[in-house]
This record gives sequence, structure tokens and C-alpha cells, in this order.
Amino acid sequence: MKPAVAIIGGGIAGMEAARQLLLLGYTPIMIEKSDHLGGHVGEWHCLFPDMSPAADLVENLKNGIKGATVFLETGIAFINRIRDTYNVMLDNGISIPCQAVLFATGYELFDAAKKEEYGYGIYNHVVTNRDLELWFGGREDARFPAKPSTIGFVHCVGSRDIKAGNMQCSKVCCMTAIKQAIEMKEKFPKAEIYCFYMDLRLFGKKYEDFYIKAQRDHGIHFIRGRVSEVGENYDGTLQIKAEDTLNGKPLKLNLDLLVLMAGMVCGKDNAKLTAGLRMGLDTDGFLRSRDNIYGVTDSNRRGVFFAGACTGTKTIPETISEARAAVLGIHNYLMK
Amino acid sequence: MIYQGKQKIWSDYQKDIPDDHWYYARSCIRQNFFPASEKYFLEIARKVLGKDICDNEHHTTCGGIAYHSDTIPQETAMTIVARQFALMSECGYENLVVSCITSFGNYNETIETWREFPELEAKIRENLWKACRREFKVPKYVAHASDLIFKFRHEIAAKSVNRLVNRETGEPLRVVEHIGCHYSKMFPHKGFGGAEYPCVLSGMVESWGGQVIDYPERRHCCGYGFRQYHVKANRGYCVANTHKKFESMEPFHPDMIITNCPGCPYFLDRWQYVISEQTGKTYGQGGYGIPVLTYEELAGLMLGYDPWDLGLQTHQVAVEPLLDKIGVKYDPAAKYLGLNKEDLLRPELPTNMKCH
Repeated sequence: MKPAVAIIGGGIAGMEAARQLLLLGYTPIMIEKSDHLGGHVGEWHCLFPDMSPAADLVENLKNGIKGATVFLETGIAFINRIRDTYNVMLDNGISIPCQAVLFATGYELFDAAKKEEYGYGIYNHVVTNRDLELWFGGREDARFPAKPSTIGFVHCVGSRDIKAGNMQCSKVCCMTAIKQAIEMKEKFPKAEIYCFYMDLRLFGKKYEDFYIKAQRDHGIHFIRGRVSEVGENYDGTLQIKAEDTLNGKPLKLNLDLLVLMAGMVCGKDNAKLTAGLRMGLDTDGFLRSRDNIYGVTDSNRRGVFFAGACTGTKTIPETISEARAAVLGIHNYLMK
Repeated sequence: MIYQGKQKIWSDYQKDIPDDHWYYARSCIRQNFFPASEKYFLEIARKVLGKDICDNEHHTTCGGIAYHSDTIPQETAMTIVARQFALMSECGYENLVVSCITSFGNYNETIETWREFPELEAKIRENLWKACRREFKVPKYVAHASDLIFKFRHEIAAKSVNRLVNRETGEPLRVVEHIGCHYSKMFPHKGFGGAEYPCVLSGMVESWGGQVIDYPERRHCCGYGFRQYHVKANRGYCVANTHKKFESMEPFHPDMIITNCPGCPYFLDRWQYVISEQTGKTYGQGGYGIPVLTYEELAGLMLGYDPWDLGLQTHQVAVEPLLDKIGVKYDPAAKYLGLNKEDLLRPELPTNMKCH
């Protein structure tokens, strides 16, 4: 019988790992708490840097895991080790004996309502990056005005924010904001678009190109400074206050739409999920790798591996690469 | 505006406060600005709500006004605070209810600082002993007086004879609520509703029948800002900030403003006169200003106290349009009669802002 590998999480990391395990002849068993596969990427409309549809990526990954056992809407009751194998007990009462466990539990999106000063959930025209992607994808949403003439993007909402309890940079928000700002400019060419940032972290392939393009070709304004408060005008538009720290001046703007770039935060179930394995969490609340340089996909427990944003914020290419690296680690472990 | 969103935040910032047995810490300036507010807080708390509240004549300023004006060091301010605590301890009370917003912030800041730096508390205890041979217990609970009125707002509504409703149209009155900066901006969890969307005053307004206005400059300072006013050269900045608020609230056509700070009602009230003299502009209906009331004055009006006993004739902006909207009965001829019915004479009328 082919060795079984339990994969916890049905996002892109879990799916790519399942696909690779199938190719190597193993039996992946995927457990996903929601009712569909694809995770956060499944809710995104298109992806930088090539503006490729996110649905295509998710669909390709789904096609690659036909033959894998998938449990949807299923949680984990506990995981324990029995000699050289693991027993994953699901909340539906099914027990999965397996030779290895891969955590691909990903991240959670920061709840933008916690940054009360931005008025998410209070003011009608304040949305998040996720809301915008779903709207790009065709979801009806009354918060979006028909023809916005001024749009603001706030970077780092819940990221690099000690008061929000998240010190980490979410890595993708700067680039996502630029991508989304360009997309909005293409939809509404007459709109003035403002990006409020702490500093721009554009480290990836073609990211800087996007930044230049946003300014040169689309006239998007980049203002170094954080928005301090949002209020609602009599006509329902938004009034925001910020500081332009490069000019050293406070500013006040009226906006038709404000987009909050909600960051990535560690999964709130991480401690519970790993409790039975006594693996512990890293200081940032994410799962703790054996080594953050040389063993990111390895845990400190034999036979337990990680892939993707469960160990920290990741881009999609990093996540896919980690899924493959983790599968190689699992293969080497099972071959011993 | 998504009202449910605010309700969710309000539910995150609630606090349990003791029902009874309070020691009242008065403000050093409110009795000059709005002389009946503190009197009617005690009247309502004792006679309407039946609470035990101790009012001590040995009480002094808390020092917050000088501390926030940068004219005394923190240790001095803390020693004054320690003396207030000593007075409370000597009277046998453990719950402190504070009239002034800055005092509320000052007491909380002192207690929190001592919690972080116990050696500083020991030093202040020594200072107090050397200065006046007093000792104190740190209060078990510190509430602002508006917290108590908020807590018992439904009881007050049940005993009210007036509602915040336009008697002609039946529509709720449109009320701007202005929270003093030191209420919850320093410690969001110490204020009902937190720092961004406090509900301590909006809760009263809604309970008493009114509709709260959320306008863009709602969170902005009233303009007082201590040194913006106390340093004479800065007073233009003080009135400019008040002007900014009125320009922002103007499109919402508020019927009145409710406040819970000593400085805010004073400056929101008096600067309307200054703005009208400088620019010719008034913000109320028919050339009047927008009446600015303390929460005690408003609670008193709801409960049917005479508006002149509540001291509403000491306001710069005429309150009669508001009284007429609510349907409060009043004697215009008694407006400027003192308690002994002696004529207090009439103030000089503004050039542009209409007054009765």
C-alpha cells in the first residue's frame, strides 16, 4: 500500500503538495475546513506580475489532484503520534492513519475593523483588498460607487503594527495595492488614485516595473504617510486625514472609496492544531520551522512538514516552491 | 453609516461600574463656566437616582489643567492627585466619580503610571506625607460623571417629562455629541465605546429620543487644547479649530450639541459668538447659534427642571429655540433673575448672532 500523507489545508500550498505527492506515487489525504478548495487565492481575481487569472491557477491545481482524497468542511479534532505513524482525528469522527503530516494551513486575513480609525464596517465606502478582488470577480457590492472620482489605498493595515499585535510585513500588500490601483485606474480613467504607504517593499520580479508604470502611465499618487482617521461627509463620501511625511504637511482629502490593504496574520487555530504534537509556535504566532534558513519546510517533529504561509507571510511563487520542497522532504523521510 | 458596525464596537468597550457609594471630584473650572451642571449632577444622582455621593468642600483642582499646560511637573500633579485620594479615603469611599474629563484622564494616568512604576507611587506617598501629613488608598474604581448618567440613562428616560423630539414635527432632534479628548483617547478601554466611536453621550441622546449626528470632524478637538487657549498668542489657532468643527457639522443641521468636558462646551459655545463677529456667519437656524449643553443640563431638561435653574441663561448661544423645539416651559422674564429674584441685568447683544 502506498504511504499516506495527511495534508491539512486545501489552499494552493496543500493542492500543489498533493499534486506532487500523487506524481511520486503517494496517497495524499487533504482536509479543508471550508467548503471549497483554493484558499485565499481562490477569492482573488488576477495575480501579479502577469495579471493572470487566479481562477486558472486554482483550476490547474484542482485538475492535478484528481485521485486524491479530499475532506471539505472538516476540522481537525486532534493529531497524535503512534510509534512511527500519525493519527489525524477529524471532527466528523473519521480517523486517518498516515506516515507523514503536512501543515498547509496558511494565514488569516487581518480583520480591518480592528483598525477602528479607518471605519471598516462603519462607513459605507470603506472596503478591503479582498472585497475589491471579489468585486473585480463580479460580486455585487453596494459599497462600491458607480463612478468613483477619487480612490484611496491604505497600505499596511494590520501589518508592521505593534498596536494590532502583528509585527510582520505581509510582503504582498504593497504590490497588491499597486496592482489594484492600476486596475481601478483602467476601469475609471478619470479617477484620481492615492496610495498611502509607510515605505514600499517591492522586492519581487517585475514589482518595481509595476510601481514605475503606476506613476508614469497611470498618474497614481504615492503619499508617504499613514491615514490617521476616516469620517463620512453629508453626501456619504469619505473625508480622510493623513500626513504627507515627505512634504512635512498634514492633508485632508475627500474620497469616494477607500481600500484597506488588510495584511496576513497567523491562523488563530495554530496553537490548538499543534498542541498534540507539542511543536510550539514561533514568536510571531506562526508555526515554528526547524530552522528559518535551512529547514523552513521541516518541523522539529519527525514526519511533520510545513508548506506556505503557515510559517510566515509568503508570496504565491514562494508558496508553490515550498510545497514542492516539502514534498521532497516527505519523500526523503518516507524512503528512509 | 452602518449602525450595526458601531454597535459591535460599543459592545467591545463596555465597563462594569459600581452602582452606588461614590466620592465626587469636582472640576476647578466648570462652576465658573456652567455653574449649575455639577449642582444638578448631585441633585439627579441623589434625588432622582437615590445614590450616595460624597461632596467634599476641601477638594481642590486636580492639577491637570497646569500639567497639560506644561506649567507644573508630573510629580507635583501626582501629589495633588494623591491629596484628592487622601480626602476620599478619609471620607471612607473607594469609588471616585470625576466631574472633569481632564481630571478623569489625570487620575487614570496617575494610577496607571504608579502601576508601571511602583517606586514613583512610593515617592508621591512620601511627598504627600511631608506636605500635609496625609495618607491615601488608590481608588478601587474611577468613573467619569457622564459614565454614571450613561449607566442610568434609561432610568432617567423613564422619569423624564421631556424628550429630544421636535414637538411640532415629531422628528427626533439632531444632536452632535462631543467627547472631551481625555475621556478615552488616552485609555480607550476606560471609556464607554472606546476612543474612535465613544457611546457615552450618544447613548444618552438615543435613550432620550434624539438622533446622533456623525460628521467628519467629530473626533477633532473643540479647539481649547489648553495651550492653544492659555497662551494668548495661540488663541487664533484655538478658534480656528472650533471653526473647522462648525463648518464640518453645518450640512447636518444639528439642533444642539451635547458635551462632557469643562472646556468643550465653553469654547463651542463662546467661539460661535466670536466667529459670528469675525465672519458674520452663524450655524443655527434663523440667525441663531447652535445651543451647546452639558450632559447634566440636558438630563435636567429631560427631567423637567427649570432651564434658568439649570443655568442655561449663562450660555452665549441662546437656548430658547431648543427649548421651544422640545416644548420646555420657561418664563422669558425670569431668564436674568438671580436666585433671590434680583435682576442680574442683560448682557450686551452680539452684532450678528441672534439672541433672545
